[in-house]
Amino acid sequence: MSDTITMTYEVPADDFTRAGEASSNVKSKLKKMGVDPDIIRKVSIAMYEGEINMVIHACGGTIDVIISPEEIEMILKDQGPGIENIELAMQAGYSTAPDNIRTLGFGAGMGLPNMKKYSDEMNIESVLGVGTTVTMKVKMFE
Amino acid sequence: MKVNDLIHAGSFKVVNEGDNSQREISVPYCCDLLSIAMGKMPEDSAWVTVMGNINTLAVAALADASCIILAENSKLDEAALNKAREQGITVLETELPIFDAALMVYKQLNA
Ligand SMILES: Nc1ncnc2c1ncn2[C@@H]1O[C@H](COP(=O)(O)OP(=O)(O)OP(=O)(O)O)[C@@H](O)[C@H]1O
Ligand SMILES: [Mg+2]
Repeated sequence: MSDTITMTYEVPADDFTRAGEASSNVKSKLKKMGVDPDIIRKVSIAMYEGEINMVIHACGGTIDVIISPEEIEMILKDQGPGIENIELAMQAGYSTAPDNIRTLGFGAGMGLPNMKKYSDEMNIESVLGVGTTVTMKVKMFE
Repeated sequence: MKVNDLIHAGSFKVVNEGDNSQREISVPYCCDLLSIAMGKMPEDSAWVTVMGNINTLAVAALADASCIILAENSKLDEAALNKAREQGITVLETELPIFDAALMVYKQLNA
């Protein structure tokens, strides 16, 4: 237990000036800890996509990052509208991003596929009208 | 070629000189859709895009781009410029279209 570090981040709703801050913070923490750059890259990409989804599609939320010698676990929890069809949402190219968000460069429908690709384990639990919890794990060693 | 070499080659206007000027550039990479860039951009890319908002900066930092090149005369908005300064990310700009800007980097990489 003692060699496990937990960090908690509040992700603000609709605030793009701060979006990505939690992921950047985790990235620099992992760098300081001397974690393998390939692992850091996986965590950074997976977490950013989840973080930005909370900003765009939900109304913000919280992220817990648990770092142990074996793995990095990210738990992203929001009280947004939920995802009606998770299988559909996971498909490359599927997006409900509105036009004002698309003009910023979002909406390719690649966020969730990136999260799947760059994490070693991913699980989504979502209830319509209640919220979504995404859990991702990246292993420290292959 | 290092980021510093690209800065001093003079082909692009320097918007922000970051703290990573000794970093090697791997390849030019072109894409405007953030999550495609995030998933596909090779490490140390010189990322050519027309998107100059704060999310571009976040993606560049998290996906390990070596620098950002804004093509087609696109500009960083104020929040993005502050972020570039704060995070020490090198940002260049040009009137060239995306392809020509990337080709310019490519030629200098292979000179
Ligand atoms: N936390 C969430 N709450 C509610 N819906 C979500 C959440 N995350 C994703 N979704 C839904 O899943 C869809 C697909 O998400 P994904 O991240 O793959 O694409 P996107 O965010 O629309 O575009 P981008 O390619 O910029 O990430 C979203 O358009 C949205 O409908
Ligand atoms: Mg997304």
